[in-house]
Amino acid sequence: MSAAQNNAMSDTTHKVSRLEGCFAKLKQANRPALVSYLTAGDPDADTSRRLLHGLPAAGVDVIELGMPFSDPMADGPAIQKAALRALNNGQTQVKTLEMVRRFREENSTTPIVLMGYYNPIYCYGVERFLADAVRAGVDGLIVVDLPPEHDDELCQPAAKHGIDFIRLATPTTDAKRLPNVLANASGFIYYVSVAGVTGGSAPTPERLERAVADLREHTELPIAVGFGIRTPAQAAAIGRYSDAVVVGSALVDCIEHANTPDEAVQRVHDLVSELAASTRACRMVNELLSD
Amino acid sequence: MNQPVDVSKSLPDANGLFGSFGGRFVAETLMPLILELQDEYSTAKKDPEFQRQLAYFQSDYVGRPSPLYFAERLTEHFGGASIYLKREELNHTGAHKINNCIGQVLLAKQMGKKRIIAETGAGMHGVATATVAARFGLSCVIYMGTTDIERQQPNVFRMKLLGAEVIPVTSGTGTLKDAMNEALRDWVTNVDDTFYIIGTVAGPHPYPAMVRDFQAVIGHETRTQMLEKQGRLPDSLVACIGGGSNAMGLFHPFLDDPGVKMIGVEAGGKGVKSGLHAASLNGGTPGVLHGNRTYLLQNEDGQISDAHSISAGLDYPGIGPEHAWLHEQGRVEYVSATDDEALEAFQVCCRQEGIIPALETAHALAEVAKRAPTLPRDHLMVVNLSGRGDKDMMSVAHYLGDKFK
Repeated sequence: MSAAQNNAMSDTTHKVSRLEGCFAKLKQANRPALVSYLTAGDPDADTSRRLLHGLPAAGVDVIELGMPFSDPMADGPAIQKAALRALNNGQTQVKTLEMVRRFREENSTTPIVLMGYYNPIYCYGVERFLADAVRAGVDGLIVVDLPPEHDDELCQPAAKHGIDFIRLATPTTDAKRLPNVLANASGFIYYVSVAGVTGGSAPTPERLERAVADLREHTELPIAVGFGIRTPAQAAAIGRYSDAVVVGSALVDCIEHANTPDEAVQRVHDLVSELAASTRACRMVNELLSD
Repeated sequence: MNQPVDVSKSLPDANGLFGSFGGRFVAETLMPLILELQDEYSTAKKDPEFQRQLAYFQSDYVGRPSPLYFAERLTEHFGGASIYLKREELNHTGAHKINNCIGQVLLAKQMGKKRIIAETGAGMHGVATATVAARFGLSCVIYMGTTDIERQQPNVFRMKLLGAEVIPVTSGTGTLKDAMNEALRDWVTNVDDTFYIIGTVAGPHPYPAMVRDFQAVIGHETRTQMLEKQGRLPDSLVACIGGGSNAMGLFHPFLDDPGVKMIGVEAGGKGVKSGLHAASLNGGTPGVLHGNRTYLLQNEDGQISDAHSISAGLDYPGIGPEHAWLHEQGRVEYVSATDDEALEAFQVCCRQEGIIPALETAHALAEVAKRAPTLPRDHLMVVNLSGRGDKDMMSVAHYLGDKFK
């Protein structure tokens, strides 16, 4: 292999990913990322597209887009119902990737992470899925039912395609296991704040802060916290010490409770704006105090 | 089979894989628990005290060994192979399910768990779980789909009598798959004090192997009993398959005996071609659900389809991963029986032998009805009479129309 080729390869390896760039920028600005979760195709393809396209302007830093699955074992009722609404309205993996591609036509900076379960990816075909995801402009994957024991299934192939595989750490992940969980992680670490399903009870603040601090001793990657975070106040409290705050079920609830698609879009973007305002301001008190 | 298949002791591998099937496809929250369970189970397998307790409860509480009964009238009726029934319906709680529940509840006690959860379809596993929870003084929550609650009322009442809380599951079609989703959600939320007793040879490793081992008592007894009665091994084994625990329990001790043919009978519903069935191997494709890779009923986008069967216990869109592997290896032949065929065989068994089988079991008997007449009398065929049909009275009366009014 020639030196030129070598250089070319190391250039690609060191290319800053959208997620890296996003977290670096936010670190400089000293604020946590606001990560939103919505299910692709919920409540229908058109409304879902409008919801997605309006997220950056409303203040979202990283977009998690759910790939609906018929049997979402790790999700509570809100996201279960969202997946059903999407599937009943004809959402497919192909359509989800197409949503990302169209989003990328007008936004090249906001990272998009696809979140879901392994079976729809497995049935699509792992290599075909990864190639199509790269083409569409997907930055990362969160696949709930692929623990590190199955890294050869998707995590390692994704890395070859330059797609980050975001690993979940949980209150049950003990010190002995943590190195395995972190071994092939990239993008960021998603700390699941409570043992449970999405949209469940809120985490205990003290315990959570300690858990994030512990995690930080073992990884350089940004740490996002999710599960059970619903309000701007909760987001702000957690954003003081985490690198990102994930809100999902509360946004999905806005869709369920809306009477019309317009109302759904309005309510989701309004809540995102409130969450964005509170996470943007959450460390200002600290800064004032330290000055 | 010409070559002995040496599989019984080697699989699954350390990662819980049977070839490419099985595995541990679960959320991170559950992984530490599953690894702990695997350690506990490996230790228990070698622990003489655990084995002594297991043997004690199997004999004095469950009533084992169950008889291997020569079904003389059924044999004459079909006019071919000699039919033997492995009478698992005579166990305490009326099915093979208790074999596994006793094993798992002993592990739960050993691990210091206070709360037992389980999913159930026909309610037989729910009843067996509620039974062992009562016996060992543990609190018990059973998840059951609303459709199944409707068609298996007697079992719902039994579970409540035994002190269990039965939680109706409305999501999906309100059947076994949905109950399993809900049990997994409970488990992930109550990881500290809860033990999940999975009722079949599915789920994340070590469940498929562990449940198989606890059910293998069926096959071990059958081997001894047939050697005593006929001085040789059976020629064929027939069992119904939902998740596949009664079949695996009967088959596994014979896997390395090339002369023993094995037939697993899936629920064909209205017919595999109709799309309304629960035959994962005959009408499904490989995928990942409920912690393992196996054959599933699903669409091309990987969304799980609803299963259809007259029998609540077979109404599941997947199958244990070891069955998927044995299917691909060709070691076991997997066929299907329709609702109508099962109902017909159900009635034949009632009238010829005075045994009311479970509708699940009737699927195995339906295959016997097709196969036995073509075989000679010296062909020894063992059918796993996996459960009794008391729970199915209302369903059967409904399907047979005015006959019972």
